[in-house]
Amino acid sequence: MPRSLWILVLVLIVLHQDNWLWTDDRLIFGFLPIGLFYQACISLAAGALWWWATIYCWPKDLDGEVPEERSA
Amino acid sequence: MTQLWIISGYLALLLALGLAASRYFRGTSQDYTLASRSIGPFLLLMSLFGTTMTAFALVGSTGEAYKQGIGVYGMLASSSGILHSLCFFVLGVKLWSLGKKHGYRTQIQFFRDRLESDRIGLLLFPVLVGLVIPYLLIGVMASGGVINGVTSGRIVEGQVVDPTFAEGTFPKFLEEGEKGFVDGSKGGVPRQLASLVICCVVLIYVFFGGMRGTAWANAFQTIVFMALGVVTFVVIANRLGEQDSLLANLREIPKHVPYDKLTRAEIPKLKFFTYMLVPLSVGMFPHLFQHWLTARSARSFKLPVVAHPIFIMIVWVPCVLIGTWAASDLLQIPPPVRANPNIILPFMVKRLAGPVLGGFLTAGILAAIMSSLDSQFLCLGTMFSTDIVTHYASKNRFSDRGQVLLTRGFIVAIVALTYFFSLFEPRQVFTLGVWCFSGFSSLFPLVFAALYWKRLTKAGAYASVLAAIGTWGYLFYQSGFAHNESYALQLTLGDATYEMMPVVGMFSSSLVALVVVSLVTTAPSEKTLEKFFPSRPAS
Repeated sequence: MPRSLWILVLVLIVLHQDNWLWTDDRLIFGFLPIGLFYQACISLAAGALWWWATIYCWPKDLDGEVPEERSA
Repeated sequence: MTQLWIISGYLALLLALGLAASRYFRGTSQDYTLASRSIGPFLLLMSLFGTTMTAFALVGSTGEAYKQGIGVYGMLASSSGILHSLCFFVLGVKLWSLGKKHGYRTQIQFFRDRLESDRIGLLLFPVLVGLVIPYLLIGVMASGGVINGVTSGRIVEGQVVDPTFAEGTFPKFLEEGEKGFVDGSKGGVPRQLASLVICCVVLIYVFFGGMRGTAWANAFQTIVFMALGVVTFVVIANRLGEQDSLLANLREIPKHVPYDKLTRAEIPKLKFFTYMLVPLSVGMFPHLFQHWLTARSARSFKLPVVAHPIFIMIVWVPCVLIGTWAASDLLQIPPPVRANPNIILPFMVKRLAGPVLGGFLTAGILAAIMSSLDSQFLCLGTMFSTDIVTHYASKNRFSDRGQVLLTRGFIVAIVALTYFFSLFEPRQVFTLGVWCFSGFSSLFPLVFAALYWKRLTKAGAYASVLAAIGTWGYLFYQSGFAHNESYALQLTLGDATYEMMPVVGMFSSSLVALVVVSLVTTAPSEKTLEKFFPSRPAS
């Protein structure tokens, strides 16, 4: 797996620890607590990151069929 | 009674689906356990997601959000979105490739080859089975609780009002329980009986349908619980808010939710951070390993890797919001429900949806629960027949059909054992789930090193498993076998004390043991290294 992907995963993990919103009770769109909204955005960002990864970091040697050698 | 008819209809539909899948059964053990490695991207996504989203995701998250507020989402949902897909990408694809190349059906087969150790199976088998059983218990207990929750009557001044069944319908010990209203049936289907029915339904469609039936049922059930989850959210919001529109309702309800449930004010920051290790458990779930091996090609993994975090968000955000709404002053939660957060969601469904909708919504909750139970039952049966009986029996003692029979026989035994355990005092789904996941997470260093670190040795692997399970057992004992639901490790720095999840201790001990012992013992043979780390990619 390329280093760039590891770095992006680490960035996402750091961003996940949103200490700055810990006691903030503001509501986004008038109903979604900001802490929950932020974490939902982390989920969306994870989806985007993995979409990028499947395009640019997918292991090329697995694109073809893997031959079956034997039954264990 | 309407809910009960709808739930019964849903269960009958599932049985029909499992029996239909059995018509495509090719009669081989590979087809029974791996659906002949024929699963494409959509079915793989649905079965991986359905398998990882269990009672824990719906019933557990709602109950825990009722107790702790919105922080529950960050503790397990968003972190899972990052790390589950990481495991699919980094471990799943590679293990699928090795599994197809070398004919593996179980994790233990892979570890036996990679570690050049036949006996590692004897250590790993009881450890993996022992950790899956609490996971199974979560589903079996929750299904009983949910069915009881939606069919029971209301408690008014110590009396049961509007029961589904009159007093005396079921044996007295089921109706009264040990603690009266807390664990009695309260005029509904007793949880013990409901759990038994769910076990039997799952058993039948797994028994006849094998992996194909499981994958079909998972896909169907995942669609059902995702769709009905959204419907549940809208219905509960509209009934609770009592305003003119959905948006007005959504904006009204938070005004009545306490501050601590809208923030993470009562969740220690380090504890929240250390929850991040828990989702690594998917790397070592034996049932997920088996699902990975069913993929038709490596490309089949792309859709699950990308869509998994989004699907988690679609399921968890509504559940967490409903949990926090349950803590509002818009409705009174009766003491028996307050004492058992597992039934917060069924309570809300029963209280706020009509009987018809309530029946469908309950079917959706059961769908989430059963879509995990089936994979786990099938996986344990496969491990027993493949890793123990067939492996140690003399060559050709069991025909291929004989192996299918063995798998089915062990599935029946494990269902019976799990049901037996579920009859004891129920633990909170969320707490038990976190303990179970923590045990699997502590084995993550082993599978990661087996795939990416040539220097991992047999002795290092033994040390890692023993350290992980030893620490898990010690800490589980210290927590009073999950009785202390807020149990945490304490880290004292100067005058301040910080709380960490027990998984930190288990994971660290496993990792240190693996690295240190591997470095001081003899490296694997060149033949093994060439097999698992070929100098040129296989073509």
